Amino acid sequence: MEQFFQQLTNGLAVGGIYALIALGYTMVYGVLKLINFAHGDLFSIGAYLGLTLLLSMGLFDKIGALASVLLLVVMVMVLVAIIGALLERVAYKPLRQSHRLTAVVSALGASIFFQNAIMAIYGPGLLVYPHDLLPRIAVNIFGVDIPLMRIVMFLASVVLMAALYFFIQKTKIGTAIRAVAIDQGAARLMGINVDRVIMLVFCIGPALGGSAGLMVGLYYGQINFNMGWMYGLKAFTAAILGGIGNIPGAMLGGLLLGVIEAMGAAYISIAWKDALSFGVLILILIARPTGLLGERVAEKV
Amino acid sequence: MLLSIKNLRVNYGNVEALHGISLQVDAGEIVTILGANGAGKSTTLNAISGLVHITDGSIDFQGTALHTLPAHEIVKFKITQSPEGRRVFGTLTVEENLMLGAFTSANPERIAASKQWIFELFPRLEERRKQLAGTLSGGEQQMLAIGRALMSNPKILLLDEPSLGLAPILVKSIFETVKTINKAGVTVILVEQNAKAALKLAHRGYVMEVGNIVLADSAENLLKNKQVQRAYLGGGH
Ligand SMILES: Nc1ncnc2c1ncn2[C@@H]1O[C@H](COP(=O)(O)OP(=O)(O)OP(=O)(O)O)[C@@H](O)[C@H]1O
Ligand SMILES: [Mg+2]
Repeated sequence: MEQFFQQLTNGLAVGGIYALIALGYTMVYGVLKLINFAHGDLFSIGAYLGLTLLLSMGLFDKIGALASVLLLVVMVMVLVAIIGALLERVAYKPLRQSHRLTAVVSALGASIFFQNAIMAIYGPGLLVYPHDLLPRIAVNIFGVDIPLMRIVMFLASVVLMAALYFFIQKTKIGTAIRAVAIDQGAARLMGINVDRVIMLVFCIGPALGGSAGLMVGLYYGQINFNMGWMYGLKAFTAAILGGIGNIPGAMLGGLLLGVIEAMGAAYISIAWKDALSFGVLILILIARPTGLLGERVAEKV
Repeated sequence: MLLSIKNLRVNYGNVEALHGISLQVDAGEIVTILGANGAGKSTTLNAISGLVHITDGSIDFQGTALHTLPAHEIVKFKITQSPEGRRVFGTLTVEENLMLGAFTSANPERIAASKQWIFELFPRLEERRKQLAGTLSGGEQQMLAIGRALMSNPKILLLDEPSLGLAPILVKSIFETVKTINKAGVTVILVEQNAKAALKLAHRGYVMEVGNIVLADSAENLLKNKQVQRAYLGGGH
């Protein structure tokens, strides 16, 4: 029972990270029908920028742990959002009218560029976050000791997801984003500036992905230049699992994948952890090709 | 004159779809554009709305060169369109669709007033405000498409085949509503396959054939025109 609870909370924490990254894939796919293969690298950039900001500003000594983390999250989100918007402007916007495959090649090119840029700036080796920044204490829940950081990480991802969900569902701009994802031409007839909406999506997705990178850095303490590859692939799997293009689907898919992986590692074999998540993906695609929440409403034409 | 189109040319790739058409619309009119499939009716409306780029000519709206503006700017001049095939946002609710129609308006009172007017025109929409637009019937979707286009208090409403695929009784009620909308001061450009009904409703009409305007006259005269009767009114009316 103790092991189950440990793995469940661990899976939810990691799943929250997957979900945050998956949202970027799914939102970009929603408005452009494009898989942004450079998204995993934006996650890495979040982790690296977080480390740089943390070391250069000496925040933890000045304003304490909680305020530092909050400030770091905000700064990383803003910076990675700007990089995301630039990526869209440079790598995707000029290809808007071209064949879909052209944009995919551009996405792969952008990914290689980002990885090499990180490697050139920070070097190819592992970097470590200072390991005594955050209190390593555990919280006792139902008689099980859960690391506080794990809970904080999970809550942080839930807060970000809830904020996004509110924004998308309840605000005027959020509704415009959904409209653009359904029919760009009709959205333009409403007076929506579709280019601006696409740029906004390329700010929101990377901001969430970048914040996930920072959290991974703070939680695990180690980062490297190609960490975005595996996390990106897992998050992409999560997005497909939930139904690509579907925002609640990405959240559900991420959390589910995290839990499945954690359980698989504990009860089957840790060596099969990754194989298990991709196995789940294949099963879902066979049983429900649209993903768990994809295409719930058939549209009348 | 409210809207004036001169020598408008539109290309899709290498193919020219409009070969330099001209047409005028006065404030308060209902002007109908008739023509067979592929004549260029929707292309004309989409050129006005800024959805297709024009290769030559001009579109003037009260001194503004509309053809130089992107689609989302044109809406701010209060020219809106209910497009062919309705194109409601299927996974959004009726209410959300209507609110998107008011995307460019910032005044909450005006928005509320428009919404109330639309619910008076189409009481069915009010009953179904929380329903997803994709689950509405074809007729209800058409009402929603028109209502959505009315949300920003347009000066000119472009209607592209509002009767398409609807039962005759519904067609009649939609045309009645168009009349009411026009009476409220909205200038209407109506593209229709249903030539007879459209001419009975409209003040003036244009007839298009493969990218050209071949006839322009009052609706009354067009109804009597032999050529029109033969081609669009099914002979001996
Ligand atoms: N997106 C497009 N790409 C290429 N050609 C197009 C496109 N849209 C329209 N056309 C062509 O332009 C011409 C005019 O089309 P348009 O849709 O304006 O006709 P229409 O009069 O509205 O016809 P319908 O009554 O069938 O709606 C047609 O020959 C059509 O095939
Ligand atoms: Mg048409």
